[in-house]
Amino acid sequence: MPDKKPISSVNDFVVRFANVNGSGSASANEMFARAILRHGVPVSPRNIFPSNIQGLPTWYEVRVTEAGHLGARGGVDMMVAMNPQTWDKDIAGIEPGGYLFYDSTKPMPSTKFRDDITVIGVPLTAITNSTYTDPRQRQLFKNIIYLGSLSALLDMDPKLIEQLIGEQYKGKEKLLSSNVHALHLGRDWALQNLKCPIGLRVKKSDKVGDRIFIEGNSAAALGAVYGGATVCAWYPITPSSSVAEAFTAHCKKYRHDPATGQAKYAIVQGEDELASIGIVIGASWNGARAFTATSGPGVSLMTEFIGLSYFAEIPAVIMNIQRAGPSTGMPTRTQQCDIIACAYASHGDTKHVLLFPEDPAEAFEFAAAAFDLAERLQTTIFLMLDLDIGMNHRLCRPLKWDDSKQYDRGKVMTAEMLDEGRDFGRYLDVDGDGIPYRTYPGTHPTKGAYFTRGTSRDRYARYSEEGSVYADNMQRLVRKFETAQDLVPRPLQANAAKPTKYGVIYFGSTSPAMDEAIGLLETRGHQLDRLRIRAFPFHSSVASFLAEHDFVYVVEQNRDSQLRQLIVNENGIDPVRLVPIVHYDGTPITARYIAKAIGDHQDHLKVTPLRKAVS
Amino acid sequence: MTYIAKPKFHHPGLKKNELGYTHRDYEGKISTLCAGCGHDSITASIIEACYELSIEPHRVAKISGIGCSSKTPDYFLGNSHGFNSVHGRMPSVLTGANLANRDLIYLGVSGDGDSASIGFGQFAHSIRRGVNMTYIVENNGVYGLTKGQFSATADRGSKSKKGVTNTDNAIDLVAIALQLGATFVARSFSGDKSQLVPLIAAAIGHKGASFIDVISPCIAFNNHAGSTKSFDYVREHNDAVNRLDVLVGRDPIAVDYAPGTVQVVEQHDGSKIALRKIDADYDPHDRLGAQTFLQKHAAKGQIVTGLLYVDPDAEDLHAHLNTVETPLNSLEADTLCPGSAALDKFNASLR
Repeated sequence: MPDKKPISSVNDFVVRFANVNGSGSASANEMFARAILRHGVPVSPRNIFPSNIQGLPTWYEVRVTEAGHLGARGGVDMMVAMNPQTWDKDIAGIEPGGYLFYDSTKPMPSTKFRDDITVIGVPLTAITNSTYTDPRQRQLFKNIIYLGSLSALLDMDPKLIEQLIGEQYKGKEKLLSSNVHALHLGRDWALQNLKCPIGLRVKKSDKVGDRIFIEGNSAAALGAVYGGATVCAWYPITPSSSVAEAFTAHCKKYRHDPATGQAKYAIVQGEDELASIGIVIGASWNGARAFTATSGPGVSLMTEFIGLSYFAEIPAVIMNIQRAGPSTGMPTRTQQCDIIACAYASHGDTKHVLLFPEDPAEAFEFAAAAFDLAERLQTTIFLMLDLDIGMNHRLCRPLKWDDSKQYDRGKVMTAEMLDEGRDFGRYLDVDGDGIPYRTYPGTHPTKGAYFTRGTSRDRYARYSEEGSVYADNMQRLVRKFETAQDLVPRPLQANAAKPTKYGVIYFGSTSPAMDEAIGLLETRGHQLDRLRIRAFPFHSSVASFLAEHDFVYVVEQNRDSQLRQLIVNENGIDPVRLVPIVHYDGTPITARYIAKAIGDHQDHLKVTPLRKAVS
Repeated sequence: MTYIAKPKFHHPGLKKNELGYTHRDYEGKISTLCAGCGHDSITASIIEACYELSIEPHRVAKISGIGCSSKTPDYFLGNSHGFNSVHGRMPSVLTGANLANRDLIYLGVSGDGDSASIGFGQFAHSIRRGVNMTYIVENNGVYGLTKGQFSATADRGSKSKKGVTNTDNAIDLVAIALQLGATFVARSFSGDKSQLVPLIAAAIGHKGASFIDVISPCIAFNNHAGSTKSFDYVREHNDAVNRLDVLVGRDPIAVDYAPGTVQVVEQHDGSKIALRKIDADYDPHDRLGAQTFLQKHAAKGQIVTGLLYVDPDAEDLHAHLNTVETPLNSLEADTLCPGSAALDKFNASLR
């Protein structure tokens, strides 16, 4: 018996699988998470993987959370330790009273365990080797066998797992039956040889509701389909590649002409990021909705074209799935570290629209909206996801679409409008909103043609190096950016239960951890109003929120508090009133981390000075 | 790029083509390039070819990069949309534009600095993708706008205006285009309009990646003794493999050249290229032969011009991607959006 009472918890614990990359564990681990969902219990899984193909350590963490907390929690209640290479670190990460599940085929010295945890050994290799002769089968089915053992230990319903296997191998009866057989090998061994269930248990519930389980990248790609994107040009880079791959899959499903089988889309894997954004800009210039997906290094390469998009006013959509930088950084670790790079991408005076979805549902909505915004504003729109949203499955509300919606193609002057005698000046601000009209190539035999260039030009697109003409154009671009404030998604504010002079600003994938942290902070006696920023340029309500609070914490996942910098820069406020709360080790920020950082700061604010000595 | 607009007056007696357009309808702004620049001759040839083909000017999209050559689209087809993109990146912008609307004619104009240095990759990949375009490199072997540095097409041993000898090997864009699978490959000389005009016309009619390298002497920085891109040098070393005529229309093709010296190539758009062979052994359908021929003559210091290779059955990028005939830029929500019912099904699959 361990010297610490074993953790006892129903539907609220963290299981972490430690595996070797390339061992085929991913599908079994994901099936574990999905099986819990089928019990009606929310889960929040995270894949922590190395930037190589085989051999290095990989982890898959499943937070089982009846309360529905979707941020990372921190700590591990049960470690499924399948990687000898990381054994010591894995054992050290288990919460006191937690559980260690391991392959006990070979005996381990007692020094390799801890006294305050419960050790559960299953001779996985022995079971596997006695059943299978093929080396690949041995490797793959070992994963299913440990899934079976865990199902018994956690009191999971095997029928629900069988159902999942049935869905996965529909039409492949041999694979289906062999997987079910492996599941029961592990399950039966555990039931016969171990005390099942343990303190951690999964109990059927109804807390999942109609929510869906999807990766942000897939949702964003579907948003591009619904948003009318017809041209996608991309270059492979982690963690964004699955956006283009998902777009391809969605298009194959939804975008083929049923009569001819022809594609109502074009997808090109560019030779690099420069070509990808060039194709996007060329297609958008010619009136198609186009996008690319990339990550920080790709944005760096695209910046010259992004400047062209800004100055020549050509729509473009860039989905930036952020990872830890700078340079190659940690390619498979998450951060929100491209805020400044994207907001001011390219040389000269530029400003770009950024959208910050918090989950896959918003990734879908914002991706679709990005194409309307790009055409309305005739500029680059960045959809700012990160690896944590993009490559992990998330529970989120179902995706919604209003069938009455028409695409906003922005200010496009047609042949009819030109024939009516409308004054077409490509860079004329006819409506005072900074947004000019454009024409598509081929519109009219004699009217509306213009020359697009990155060099300065006048309101009628005529080349000009006159200083006043240049300044006039740059001022109009500022007006256009101000117009954008009211077109982009507005911030969402949630006030504390009691009046408070403290606030917190956050965005994107920090959202679920922040929501949970608020509860933890309340238990410490701290009340905070919240503002979730969903886009740049900042809506006027951001300035109002800052004015209404003495101190505002800005929580983000980068070293230099980049959103805070942007707020200070764009709002011209005293930086002292914005307290940075940053997390940047490449793992997703947790509620515990946020609550501690803000809580400690709040505690300092509440310190009462010692009474002055009376002389 | 100029402040000076051409007068709109048209002489009433100007000859008109099938569409009723005159040469003036194919012109653009007044060139600001140096007097005598080879690029202006290429501009004139483009105007002539488009006039002869009776192309509607506004149905052409003219796209370029940065540099002297890339300024030229402003000087022709004034009723066409033009795009001066960024240095060396014309091919990707053109590719995107072509994907958006397959119905327009795409004319890519580039320079040797643009295509053989900073944009070498984009040049190569647009060719290998088979983008339906006419890609013209106005090749003067020198950086004119930055005043005289060697470009990557400058021949080894050639001299700059300042007398510096180039020690780097030259990139032969024609050889590269052949190797990469261009389905229409030609070389010409800006001073040989009779050869260049039909080449451009044939390239426009070709459905696939057409590439024309045009030696175009830089009057300011590369037209001196020691240069291999000067007017004199090219005239002296030009070895044309063929002369051609482009025949468009429904009338029977009448070829009045002696049998055995003329080859007619019919293209996808119905146009016919009548090739008058000058070199009796030259076969423009033999990609490997063209490469060998080119290399052999290059070793002798000769500049081979003419239509070097053509595949009349070429396919373009749209065929490779199997895209719909309707231009992608004209598809709207009712065609593109799967709708809420499909989304409900998608949601259901994720539970």
